[in-house]
Formats: sequence, C-alpha cells, structure tokens
Amino acid sequence: MAVVEACGISKRFGGIVALDDVSIVVEQGEAVGLVGPNGAGKTALFDCLNGVRHCDSGEVRFEGRLINRLPVYERARLGIGRTFQRLELFAGMSPREHLMVAERVHRADGRLWKDLIGRGRARATVARVEELLVELGLEEVADDPIETLSQGHGRLVELGRALVQDPLLLLLDEPASGLDTRETAAFATILLEVRARRTTAMLLVEHDLDLVRRVVERIYVLDFGKLIASGRVDEVLAEPVVRRAYLGDVT
Amino acid sequence: MTQFLSYAIPGLPYGCVFALMAVGLVLTYQTSGVFNLAYGAQAYASALIFYVCVNAGWPSWAAFLVAVVVVAPLLGLAMDRFLYRFIRSAPVLVKLVSALGMLIAIPSALQLIFGNQQRLAPPSLWLPPSSVYFHVAGDAINGTELSTVVVTLAVVLLASLMSHFTQIGLRMRAMAESPRMVQLAGINSELVGIAIWVLSSFLAGLAGVLLAPLFADLQALNFTDLLVAAIAAAALGSLTSLPLAFWGGIGLGVVQELLGGYLPSGSVLSSGLRPALPFAVLIVLLLTLPGLRERWFHDDPLAGCDPPPPPMATTIGGHGLEGFLRAGSWTVLAVFFVSCLTWVPGNWTFTLTQGLAYSIVFLSIVLLTGMSGQISLCQASFAGIGAFTCAQLATHFGVSVLVGIVAGGAVAALVGVVVALPALRLGGLALALATLAFGLLADNVGFQFAWSGNGDTGVSIPRPQIGSLNFTSGKAFFVLAFVALVVCSVVVLAIRKGTTGRELAAMRGSELAAASIGTNLVKLKITVFAVAAALAGVGGALYGSLQGTVSPDDFNSLLSLVFMVVVVTTGVYTVEGAIQAGMAYVILYQVLDYLPSQWRNLFPILFGLGAITYALHPEGVVEWQRRRVIELVVDRRKHREAVG
Repeated sequence: MAVVEACGISKRFGGIVALDDVSIVVEQGEAVGLVGPNGAGKTALFDCLNGVRHCDSGEVRFEGRLINRLPVYERARLGIGRTFQRLELFAGMSPREHLMVAERVHRADGRLWKDLIGRGRARATVARVEELLVELGLEEVADDPIETLSQGHGRLVELGRALVQDPLLLLLDEPASGLDTRETAAFATILLEVRARRTTAMLLVEHDLDLVRRVVERIYVLDFGKLIASGRVDEVLAEPVVRRAYLGDVT
Repeated sequence: MTQFLSYAIPGLPYGCVFALMAVGLVLTYQTSGVFNLAYGAQAYASALIFYVCVNAGWPSWAAFLVAVVVVAPLLGLAMDRFLYRFIRSAPVLVKLVSALGMLIAIPSALQLIFGNQQRLAPPSLWLPPSSVYFHVAGDAINGTELSTVVVTLAVVLLASLMSHFTQIGLRMRAMAESPRMVQLAGINSELVGIAIWVLSSFLAGLAGVLLAPLFADLQALNFTDLLVAAIAAAALGSLTSLPLAFWGGIGLGVVQELLGGYLPSGSVLSSGLRPALPFAVLIVLLLTLPGLRERWFHDDPLAGCDPPPPPMATTIGGHGLEGFLRAGSWTVLAVFFVSCLTWVPGNWTFTLTQGLAYSIVFLSIVLLTGMSGQISLCQASFAGIGAFTCAQLATHFGVSVLVGIVAGGAVAALVGVVVALPALRLGGLALALATLAFGLLADNVGFQFAWSGNGDTGVSIPRPQIGSLNFTSGKAFFVLAFVALVVCSVVVLAIRKGTTGRELAAMRGSELAAASIGTNLVKLKITVFAVAAALAGVGGALYGSLQGTVSPDDFNSLLSLVFMVVVVTTGVYTVEGAIQAGMAYVILYQVLDYLPSQWRNLFPILFGLGAITYALHPEGVVEWQRRRVIELVVDRRKHREAVG
C-alpha cells in the first residue's frame, strides 16, 4: 500500500507556478528520490506533503487518508518526519535533548498537569534515545550545545530527531548540502543502515546524484514545477529530457 | 462638510508630528535593521532641551539650533555608533531590549540633569502659541498649529528635494533598498548610514519640539504614545514606504480628531478611544497585513542558532561547589525569612513584601520570554487585571480576598488567552509591538471604567482574612506573599523540568522544527500565555492587597517596559533571576528614596543601561558576576593544585 500518495498537486506563489499538477507515490518502506534543478519546486512539494504550506489544488493522501487540511503537527503525529535544507535546530539544547523532546512529544506526554505534579519530568536517559545516538554516531557529542557542532552533526541530529518518532515516511530535504565528500559518503552509509533496520519509507531531495544512486531505487524529476520523468534511477538520469533540464541544451 | 473640516483640521498638526516620526523610523529601520524604540526618547530629549533653553531666555532660533540641529543628531549618532551598530544582526530580543533600555534611560538621565519639576506650557517653535492667525471652517488656527504644519511641510519638501537631486540623497535612497548592494557599488555605506541616522534623529528632534506645545505640559509619557502612533503610521507604509508612512501619519492625526468630534462627548469611549486609536490601528494592521507580518521575520539566517546562554555558575564549579552554593542559597533564604519576621523594621518589611509580589509578576516574564522566546510588553497590564478583578470581587461581591487573588489570576489568564490568539500569528518584534499596543489600550480605555480600574481614583483591596487567620499585619502578609512566591516558583520550575518546558525550549529554538516533530504550537502558545498572565495577575493582586489602594497608574505600560528591562538585565532564564530582579527592583527603589528626589531618576537609568549588557551577557548581570567569581575560585584552586 502507498504510504503517501499525492495527486495533481498545484501551488502558486503570486504569479509563479511552483508546482503544476504534480503526482507522486511512495510505497511502504520504499526509498524514492526527488531531483531537479534549483527552483524546480522540490521543497515546495515537501512543504505541501508535511503541511508547512497547503497546496492550492490536488490531494495528499497518507495511508489512504486525505490529509490536505491537516496542520503540520498533526501530520507529524500521523507519522511524517522531516529534515530541513537549512538546519532547523533547537538553540541551546544538546543532541540528546533534541531526541528526548521529540521522543516525549511522540509519546504525547506533554500534558501540563502531569508536569505540575512532577509526572512529566524527563528521565535522565531513555533507552530508545541512547540507541539512536549510538546508531547515528552521535554519542560522543550527545551533551554538547548544538551550536558547537558541525553541519554534518547537525544533519544527523535532525535525522535522529525525526527517526526517534518512528515515522512511516521520512522527508529528507538535501541532507548532503553543506557536507564535504567524506561526510556525504558517511551520511549515505548511515542512511543505508537506517533503511536496513526500519521499514520507514523515505523521500529524498538531493543534488548529489551519487548519494541518490546509493540510497534510492527510483526517482522523480521535477523541472519548473512539472514532473518531467520518473522511474529507475539510471534509466531516468539517462533520458534526454532530464539531461536537458540539468545540463541545458547540448547541441 | 464644514463640520467635517472643523473636526479634521485640528488633527493636522498631530498628523504632521506623527508623519515626521514615522518617516524617521522607517528610514533607520530600512537601512540599519534596528527598530529604534528609543526614538520617542530622542524626541523628548530635544523637546526638553528646547524648553530649558527658551526658559533660560534664549531666542527660539538659538534654542532650536542647539536642541534640534546639534543635540538631536549627536544623540542619535551616539546611539548608533556605540550601541546599534554592534547588534544589527543580533536576535530580535537583544535589539528590542537594548532599544527599550535607551527609551527608559534617556528621559530619566535628562531629568536627572535638568530636574524633574513639572514643565507647563511648552514654548512654540516659531509663532506665538496664543495668537490666532486666521479661521478655516470655523477653526481658529493658532500659532502652534500653523508653525507645526508649515515647518513640517517645509522640511519634508526640502528632504524630498535633497533625496532626488543630490548625490547623498541618491545614496540614501539606495541604502534604503539594500545596504549591501550599495557597498558592492563601491560606496562607503557606513558614511551614508551615519548621514541617515543624523537625518532621522533631526526629524525626531523636530517632531519633539513641534509636539510639545500641543500638550499642556512636557511629559515623557506623551512621547511614548507619540512613538506608538508613529509606529502605527509606519506600519501603514508596511515599514518600507516613506511616502505611505508620511501620509499614514497625517491620516492618523486627522482621524483621531474626527473620532473625538463625532463620538458622543464626555463618554469613556470618546475620551479613551481617541488617544487609543493609534494603538488599535497598530494591532489591526499587524494582524491583517500579511506582508508586514512576514517582514518582521526577515531575521538573520543564523538567528536560529544564536550562541546559547553560557552555562550556569554551578556547572562550571563542579559538584562540590554546586552543593556548597545550594546550601548557601538556602541559608540566605532562611536568614531572609527569619529576619523579615524579627528585626527588620516595618517599612523595610513592606518594601521586601512588595519585592515578593513583583517577583511573582517577573516570573511571568521568565516563563514567557526566557523559557519560550515570546516577547510580551504588557505584563504590567495583566498584573493590573489581577489586582482590579480582586478589588471588584472583594468590594462589590464580598468575596474573600484570598479567593479574589486566585480569581484575579484566573481572569488575567482568560485575557491572556485572548492576547495569545493574535500571538499565534505574530512573532518577535510584531508580537512585542502588538502587546505594547494592547497594554496602552488597557491604560487608556480598559482600566478607566468604574467596574475595572476606576481611572485616576483607583480601587481599594483589603488585606485577606480567613476566619481567625488575619493577614492585616505587615509580617503576616509577608508570610502570605512568601508562600505565594514559593508556590508560583514551584509551578514554573515544574513546567521547566517537564515535557512542556522542553517543548517551550524547542519552540524558542525553531517553531518550524517544533511543529514538524508534532508540537501543537497553537496550544502551547495559548498555554504559556495563560499561565504567564495568571502569574502576573496573582502578583498584581497581591501587590494591590499589600498597598491597599491601586490605580491604573500602578500598572501602566511604561512599567511593562521597565519590568521587561529589569528582568532581562538581572536574569531572564532562571527562577532565581526573577526573584533577584524583584528584590533588586524594590531595594534599589527604597535606597534611592533616601536621596534627594531628583536622584530617583538613577533607578531607570541604571536598569536602562543595564539592559545593554544583555547583548553581551544574556544570562543576566547576577549570574554573570557569580560566574566570574566562581571562575576565579576555580582558577585559584587549579593554580594551587599546580603549585602544590
């Protein structure tokens, strides 16, 4: 069954058509790539999927349920996790705290009265959080302030923050941007391990095509808000229309 | 039509002053990114110096030269060079608090220098105020009004000619578009920036001198109101368009007078709504103009990852020191408690009890600003709501005062929810301005009714009494306030340590990410606003019961600003910070009370300047000093170990 199914999504910003009748499907446990030149509408599509923006027309279904009008937090609780192209971290908190807060929110433990009688107090360590920190290789820096960490660690913290909630669908927005080749390769390895252990479906926006090739089975290509190709990675990347979108007209 | 004109024309001078200020505000905001809340204080400075010079027998042109052409630009330039220049890319809270500090410190500093006696009949800039020149639609146009309009038009004409036909004008316009592009074009943008600050400060000075004679006496508060009116006018131009800001200012002045004319005279509505119009307009604009809302968000891209508040002193010192410090603070608390019940004289017990009540109000700022990153500039109004609710319940319904105090908190919480609803859509500076406008609305309208704050007369709240338990004596009431503070502190600590506190911290870090992990921001913001308002309400009601009589003046909006500055200066991240702020606030006030009355101005000056330290030491002055001491101790210990 499809985890997420978007049908005929359109989104305009003023006179600009960011998304024009885009339809994509991600099956359960599948890793799918979403590529396209800058400004093709990839992030806009992510925004429509997780609710940061609402699409002008079209339908977003999550496990068959229509979620068009749901706000971000409700979609998150249904099981859509997300990382951000420009890091969105919680200033002043450590990686461990990032994961802890996500874990507690996931268990819907944030009742004010529980806090007031002392029941909501966070335990010092939570097994799930500790496991994940080790899995992502963050145990060394788990208690450092987030501001002192590198971009690469920041990306991993965002990944961990999403994974601790056991999402059914994980939206990764250019996780390799700002990382060097070595860091990108390490990130790809971690992503593959994460995939091997979980049934989380992934939708990956990425410019680094090597990373895309390593992680996903099939891709969609967006250009100027339109879906121009989809299918197996190597076949799609060889198509002339895709090469034109990426490299311009070669005559 | 004649009637319309006769109402509209007296509004023109006000409109002109609003317009001048609005243009100046937009100029500096566009080019330096700092929203200069101290602008009202600059206007006041020039008006005061002009007044002093004229009263010393100077001709008005000489006074004008000194006050508006020399002092105003110098003051603005000093603020830019020594303060704003360094915080351009700082987080909103830092910019806001620094500017607020100046807004509070400058008028007090001036009053310290020139004395704080009442200054009646401020002189007119050009034409004698009393003589009537001609009549338009039945309105007698006097010298003040005529000179205000003529001078404004002349200055604006000159400025627009300059901006369109001179080199520097062209560069200024380019700066307003994009300071970075100007720099890339090979122009020294710092120099152009200085020119803009000079021009903008000149406009503030001019507006101040022109506004002063429109009121019966020269008061700093009038200039804060003027500032908000100017902000509303600037908002009409989306904070970007100079012409729109100008016409917005004129329009606001005229509509204000029209309202005064057409509304039934004598009612609270007409006496309250007229001055409240700019605040109402500002709230409506902030809520309705999407472009304006998003404009406030064009923060520095790195703002989400500001350096964290430095570690608390205890964590630097290690566990031994931590235990020692904890024991120390419990001892201080115990000594304080016992002392107040035994040897401390009655008037000081009273003062310290005030401090306890203020601490509760300040806890609301710790919760809202320190823990959640929401900037509210109307916490004094919530304290007022608590106090007035308690008073009305006790006097008219015979409700026990203790119940009344709790009810005060509850009603404040309800109003807090209403204020939170717009806060859901606003953030940063927009929220700060909207809450400030709400506070001014409460001052001018909400608290003026007999059923609320009863205007200048105020309301009385007896001391609580339950059966044989009587809190009328100073010491008994001290115990009550102490217990209340402990309860409130425990509530805040519990929230902080619990899941809600973590979610609040997450929201402070990144609203987008907090939502994407499933945090319901709507619910969270409403909750935190309500709890904070309840805390402020309880504190206010306690304060009222301690004083016996309170009036809206005890909870005015200027106090909200002072509260914010005091708490942020002392320490906005911790519960101790709120208590230290509360105590420092009353103790300093009481100590200054022993000095000649003029020196009481030192109080806002100290805290106003203290607010500037916030940019460097967000953890607050007390924590900063404590850390320095502990670092010293730790260093010495290490040194000794190394030697031994």
